[in-house]
Amino acid sequence: MSLARKDLITLEELSVEEVIQILDTAASFKEVVQRPIKKVPALRGKTVVNLFFEPSTRTRTSFELAAKRLSADVVNFTASDSSLVKGECLLDTIRNIEAMNVHTIIMRHAYSGSVELVARHSQAAVVNAGDGTHAHPTQGLLDMFTIRERKGDFKNLTVTLVGDITHSRVARSNIHGLRKLGATVRIVGPATLIPKSMARLGVEVYTRLDEAIRDADVINILRIQLERQDGQLFPSAREYANLYGVNARRLKLAKPDVLIMHPGPMNRGIEISPRVADGPHAVILDQVTNGVAVRMAVLYLLAGGESDETGD
Amino acid sequence: MKQVIKGGRILDPASGHDAAGDLWLQDGKILEFTKPGAKRPGQNDRVLDAAGLAVAPGLVDMHVHLREPGAEYKETIASGTRAAAAGGFTSVACMPNTTPPIDNLAMVELILSKAKSQGVVNVYPIACITQGREGRQLTEMGELKAAGVVAVSDDGDPVSSPILMRSALQYAGMLDLLVINHAEDKVLSGKGVAHSGFMAMKLGLAGVPPSALEIMIARDVILAAETGSRAHIPHVSTAGGVNIIRQAKARGIPVTAETAPHYLVLTDDCLQGYDTNVRVSPPIGDTADQAALIEGLQDGTLDAIATDHAPHSRREKEMEFALAAPGICGLETALSLVLTALVESKKLSLLEALRRLTLNPAQILKIPKGTLAPGADADVVIFDPNADRTVQTSEFRSQSDNTPFAGWQVKGQVAATLVAGKVVHVLDPYQEKINE
Repeated sequence: MSLARKDLITLEELSVEEVIQILDTAASFKEVVQRPIKKVPALRGKTVVNLFFEPSTRTRTSFELAAKRLSADVVNFTASDSSLVKGECLLDTIRNIEAMNVHTIIMRHAYSGSVELVARHSQAAVVNAGDGTHAHPTQGLLDMFTIRERKGDFKNLTVTLVGDITHSRVARSNIHGLRKLGATVRIVGPATLIPKSMARLGVEVYTRLDEAIRDADVINILRIQLERQDGQLFPSAREYANLYGVNARRLKLAKPDVLIMHPGPMNRGIEISPRVADGPHAVILDQVTNGVAVRMAVLYLLAGGESDETGD
Repeated sequence: MKQVIKGGRILDPASGHDAAGDLWLQDGKILEFTKPGAKRPGQNDRVLDAAGLAVAPGLVDMHVHLREPGAEYKETIASGTRAAAAGGFTSVACMPNTTPPIDNLAMVELILSKAKSQGVVNVYPIACITQGREGRQLTEMGELKAAGVVAVSDDGDPVSSPILMRSALQYAGMLDLLVINHAEDKVLSGKGVAHSGFMAMKLGLAGVPPSALEIMIARDVILAAETGSRAHIPHVSTAGGVNIIRQAKARGIPVTAETAPHYLVLTDDCLQGYDTNVRVSPPIGDTADQAALIEGLQDGTLDAIATDHAPHSRREKEMEFALAAPGICGLETALSLVLTALVESKKLSLLEALRRLTLNPAQILKIPKGTLAPGADADVVIFDPNADRTVQTSEFRSQSDNTPFAGWQVKGQVAATLVAGKVVHVLDPYQEKINE
């Protein structure tokens, strides 16, 4: 079993079958990581580089664990200790890393399109761990995995994405993935953070939260970037919480079995009330757990999936 | 010695002439054009065979970046003027964003002397509006004009201060010097690197809203009206921009405008794949913008087509899209793109398309070019308007090859270019016809 592609850059480029293949493979890896010895030899002898040009703890750790549980050798490379501070350009950095014969590059970068650029110039399998505001495919996949685990199918689901859609790679990846599998997707947030042109991706665009979450099956709440609080895109965190904070009262508008998701890290009391964040609908920690399984599946399938993925 | 360019289709926008004929040159000047074979060449006359080819005034590009001094690894006056000649251009106006910038007499003299010693086409320097292109203090425009500059511009840096722009227009206007202001409100465009449409949204690229460009065009039009001075709007790229200029012209405001070939053949769909060769400033618009630009060229709202030739090395282009330097190496594809986008598709006749590449920019710059009138400099382009060719960057004379058009199938092939009667470029297959 494998994916007939070298890289994973966006969910947009995947077929329905490929998405399902990744989710199915992730399901068997989830079983693996619940064993006492959480390791399979699938990537033994292969080298995976975690190349993070942007600070990240969760995603990097999740990928690192995924690679290690597949028995790969993992190297972490972060921008702060790299030659980038010495003015080396991105492609030279990549050429140098590649000269050390690595199999897979997991890359996060502040600029949209940078991962695609690297993939084009590299022999290695390249996995996008987030590029600018463009794409974060493994986050999209782990969100879908978490939804499928609880809901079974996407066809009759309404998923509402709340928050700063304009600057969110998570939103874009969710939209591409969920639309592909037939879910209805709504986006909602202040007009300053909602690109109207997104309607062309087949989503419903809202600015009123109550309307957007009515009868929703899933509410995926995006982190509001506190650094954007310069008063130009929205007045204040307080006003944002008033208009777009998901709280227990508003939750009643959604389906009774609604799932609350958040890619983290959360601003409790701003985009999500503490009661909702820690309440019975929240599957936020499941997302984190599933992230490792999904990333194992991606690394495994891109590597060619040669050995039995669930064997010891 | 006389020369005759024989048997071509002579196109002269200035006189509206478009018919078969012979073009006679003498001592670097146009002598006359006659009906085919009306006069026999003398024994000592040189004959250039233009059968099957178009013969027109050498093209005039009012917006190029020659990069010298300061970035000779991208382009030099020698290489840039050879690229111009290969593209059919015989006169280019070069922007002052060199290092150091062209903001004083010594720099103007340097450009002119290098152009004379190393260039192959006419080079007309554009000087800065403000010293160091810093937007604070006007340059010594009186002296600069006397030294030969044809316009002032801070190139990619707009004059943001409205009071300084107003005063620049008044002062330059007094000297009958054209002001070319990059029309962009940099606060509004912010970190934008692409047209703020569907594609930029999908690709996660920060958008430049059309308002960022159009507010500045509107401001400059209003200031031109108030001061009565000539303002030229470079590289118009949006439908809204065309509308503002159209209204201004209808009201008699002294404003002129240009657009660039890439805006006529690309839409923001080209952003897919993040090819940094389509990163330009202002950004490529959408299909509605493209249609409006063509309409603007048809009804005369847009006077000229200029390349905004902006050579960059791989060092500035093989990188993250948002970090790549904006610009397209345009001199060697411009004529073909115009022929393909406008003439072949019957948006403009060949004569009218040529007017926007010759006479109109020459008149805006007030230089005696872009015409085949008797006595004018014998700057001539001979080209095959019907040739089909593939754009190959390996053939570029420019030192850079940053173009999104590599591999494109286009119309038109420049056979030869003459400056003051001297052949400065001839394409191999035409060697024999031209150099007999």
